[in-house]
Amino acid sequence: MTKPLIFMTINEMIAGMRSGSFSSRELVAACLDRIQDADPRLHAFITLAPEQALEQADNADAIYAKARKTGQMEIPALLGLPIAVKDLITVAGMRCTCGSKILDNFISPFSATAVQHLLDAGAIVVGKTNTDEFAMGSSTETSAYGPTFNPWDVSRVPGGSSGGSAAAVAARMVPAALGSDTGGSIRQPASFCGVTGIKPTYGRVSRYGLVAYGSSLDTMGVFTHTVEEAAFLFEIMAGYDPRDATTMNVPVPQINLTSDQDIKGLRIGVPKEYFIEGIQAEVGQRVKEAIEVLHSLGAEVVEISLPHTEYALPVYYLIAPAEASANLARYDGVRFGPREEEDQLIKMYRSSRGEGFGPEVKRRIMLGTYALSAGYYDAYYGQAQKVRTLIKRDFEEAFEKVDVIACPVAPSTAFKQGEHTGDPLAMYLEDVFTLPANLAGVPGLAFPVGFDNAHMPVGIQLMGSHFKEDILFKAASAYQHVTGWHKEIPSIS
Amino acid sequence: MKLTLEEVEHIADLARLCLTDEEKEQYCYQLSAILEYATRLQTLDTSGIPPTSSVLPEHAALREDVSGQSLPVDVILSNAPSIEKNQFRIPPVFE
Repeated sequence: MTKPLIFMTINEMIAGMRSGSFSSRELVAACLDRIQDADPRLHAFITLAPEQALEQADNADAIYAKARKTGQMEIPALLGLPIAVKDLITVAGMRCTCGSKILDNFISPFSATAVQHLLDAGAIVVGKTNTDEFAMGSSTETSAYGPTFNPWDVSRVPGGSSGGSAAAVAARMVPAALGSDTGGSIRQPASFCGVTGIKPTYGRVSRYGLVAYGSSLDTMGVFTHTVEEAAFLFEIMAGYDPRDATTMNVPVPQINLTSDQDIKGLRIGVPKEYFIEGIQAEVGQRVKEAIEVLHSLGAEVVEISLPHTEYALPVYYLIAPAEASANLARYDGVRFGPREEEDQLIKMYRSSRGEGFGPEVKRRIMLGTYALSAGYYDAYYGQAQKVRTLIKRDFEEAFEKVDVIACPVAPSTAFKQGEHTGDPLAMYLEDVFTLPANLAGVPGLAFPVGFDNAHMPVGIQLMGSHFKEDILFKAASAYQHVTGWHKEIPSIS
Repeated sequence: MKLTLEEVEHIADLARLCLTDEEKEQYCYQLSAILEYATRLQTLDTSGIPPTSSVLPEHAALREDVSGQSLPVDVILSNAPSIEKNQFRIPPVFE
């Protein structure tokens, strides 16, 4: 029996369409069928565009047919490939809610630059995935459209904030989905759902069309099953963009992972601050086993220290809300979103925002406004920015000694729905191992390395120095060549 | 350390947020807990440490000031809750 289309790798999907073994319409329809079957239980999507996707598939099939007829096979790299996009990232003509009531009826007039690169390469967006409201959350429970459920155990969260994208890829609804990562929002859900997720270097992928949360921390990346697939899509998404002055004009590496990777002599640093008491025992064990696999493939493993790790959490939860409080000032009932009618402008602002934002967003706006307010600025925001420098220096010093840092993604595997919703600080502690990469701007790659005793996926995180994503991909690819955790498929119970 | 109701109301006013009484009460407690946690930053000596506002190396982000193609006005206005004569309509600014 041939492999069902939805279980194929992206390479197999593209090769199948090129050779004519199956059409883009069949592939897109298979994904839509899977979504129809599984999404009532998982709620990974906020918006679907089935008719539009099938129409684009027919267009792709016409191009493939013509190419086969003429023998001219120079066609776009992703032609006819279905993908999903986090509903915090704009796609022209599609609704973009950001998981918030305040953008419930917003239709984006333009596509994000990275989305446009994928569309230009022939990808088809089948829908927009669920997210914590404005990406503020670690469980996808703060979405105004209801939570997403973990495909491995629907009583648990998928992680967040890009939980919809992680769940959609894990459940084989789409082969790839875009996400964003401001404090771990790609890596943590990738770990919780047992998929691969790349958070690029800050400045590597354009933020144009990524709705702003914490502008000095926000990054856009992608979820896939394999490291090869993540590297393939990353290369297409990345690059300098005149529309985002924080993208760097540096070359995007050509990453060739088709053959076995040689990681002999690769120096892997294991930070002792990430293996502390209080983390779930199986998480520490699986990560150490994975590091042992990398060691057996020729990597050198050394213990390192990132001494300011414990300060990353308070630094992040001052800087990110401060930036958010400024960024979210634009939702005021004037240019988009629902308006609460009032007889005076400021009253209208207050009522529209009070009505449109959910509790976590209001909490962070309040926190950020406080941290920036007269009399508190130096003590909170100013001090946080200085400690951020110390955290960044920790990484600079570490990367003088090692090529890659390996550590857990999160202190535990996916927790239960509702477990932390009453205690914001407990929820924030879930991000303790992912925040430092955002504060330092370094890339991070998460991928599955086994399961805990409840058969929930455990992920490892590799971090590298600025613009060295290729080293992370190579190390992770070497691991995936000799292991099979990335091939596990949830039964969706 | 606990934020007072007056402090919470002042912050809400600065943030242009209308809050319910229940929300105000919650934030007195929750924001205090988070800020309390953040006080550990005060224990670090950061004299002589410059603040980080961007992680990027310094680079020239300036460009020539030339006009380009913008999105059409009607497309932009199509998301607005109230428009008049091709402009956003708002309630009076002053009482």
